[in-house]
Amino acid sequence: MLPNFKYVRPGSVEEAIDHLTSEGARVHAGGTDLLGCLRDNVFGALKVVSINALDDLRGIRQTPDRGVRIGALATITQVENHELINERYKGLAMGASEVASPQLRNQGTIGGNICQKPRCWYYRGEFHCIRKGGNLCYAFGGENQFHCIFGSDKKCCIVHPSDIAPALVAFDARVRVSGHKGDRLVPIEKFYVLPGEDVERETVLEAGEIVTEIILPPIIEGTRSSYRKVRARRSWDFALAGVALALVLKGGKVESGRVVLSGAAPVPWRSHTVEKVIIGQKLDSKTITRAAETAVHNAEPLAKNSYKIPLFKAIIEEELTKIAIG
Amino acid sequence: MKKQLLSMNVNDETIEVAVEASASLLEVLRDELGYIGVKEGCSEGACGACTVLMDGRPVRSCLTLALEAEGSSITTIEGLASGGQLHPIQQAFVDRGAVQCGFCTPGMILSAKALLDHNPNPSDEEIKDALAGNFCRCTGYAKILDAVCSLRPASSSKPGR
Repeated sequence: MLPNFKYVRPGSVEEAIDHLTSEGARVHAGGTDLLGCLRDNVFGALKVVSINALDDLRGIRQTPDRGVRIGALATITQVENHELINERYKGLAMGASEVASPQLRNQGTIGGNICQKPRCWYYRGEFHCIRKGGNLCYAFGGENQFHCIFGSDKKCCIVHPSDIAPALVAFDARVRVSGHKGDRLVPIEKFYVLPGEDVERETVLEAGEIVTEIILPPIIEGTRSSYRKVRARRSWDFALAGVALALVLKGGKVESGRVVLSGAAPVPWRSHTVEKVIIGQKLDSKTITRAAETAVHNAEPLAKNSYKIPLFKAIIEEELTKIAIG
Repeated sequence: MKKQLLSMNVNDETIEVAVEASASLLEVLRDELGYIGVKEGCSEGACGACTVLMDGRPVRSCLTLALEAEGSSITTIEGLASGGQLHPIQQAFVDRGAVQCGFCTPGMILSAKALLDHNPNPSDEEIKDALAGNFCRCTGYAKILDAVCSLRPASSSKPGR
């Protein structure tokens, strides 16, 4: 049984935002992460604000400039199966198909997926850890096999759990955030917050703000993309390591693009070092090997997660090779 | 806190019930309405024992607020057999020995139903993907896969693996 709360289902974004500014209010989209957090007592809720009556936040459609707009309430299944996304933003469709189980993909929304709370077992468990306002990250000296190798800032070593966010960063998507002061479009790379900036939040969302849509820019000709995820259990699980690629190839060379790691850091981790190695180069085996080596150069593995080093090297090498073959 | 009225359709029957805002669909189906074929396993969306169909799609009823089912059609395992006759998927599970303790069976069968309803001739891989969110601790899955494979048109008795 969950602790009781008030439940409202507003009919407009403005009304939803009004409700969300009240003390102890929490937004409900697919509900799968919210209910898990409430049940585990990660946080409480006095009021649950369901945004599921907001039909404007549904749907996936082309924008006038041939980009794509994904409503925050589009389910993961819808993203996974959408024709435009499969045709142009393959890496995003692949990321969506790797999320959780069929049931959770039917319930979970893309807006909720990018705002997920960390899965760290100390954070989800009965530990008053630094992310919950305590003084300590228990994972640094504890069971840290599923924790980060980049970006902990020596404060908190969660990994960001989303398979979709890395693909969205690779495609340079923007997130529309709506709140009392109006709307703002945030490049998804700037949407996430590292522990060094603020250890108690994962995103830049302020109280009363919600994600209303995600905008993918028009695809550049010659783009090839993919998402690869390695997990401990074949049926379904969070990523031990993953890589999202969106690379523009012209005349056999990588003209531009992004390489983003999942299961690596407290945020979707853009590997500028790999990008530097491959951009302007032909994706031959020498470049690919060097890129894979570079990817983990300045990694800071913890006592129990150094297996991630060879894992990341291997999947980056394999995925770059696949992209090179086309 | 005051209960709120929920109106939904369960197994082709319109139902109105007053529920706590914090009640999960699982709790309302089992405890208020008596659909005890819906099982509570892990309560965190991992095991799939609580799977029901919501407007034809499998969902985790433990991670669904009952009030979110307002206006939708729910199918539980109790809705499958008709006129004393098991549904073909249920019959296949019996015939192929795909049931042992039975705790995962309702969720497993409902996930299989959602798959077969929109893809009557799935590949082995598609069946495994569709059932990936339903855990079974007894059978080792081989006989479950066998049962679902047997429902493909012109199926041979053994799944090709």
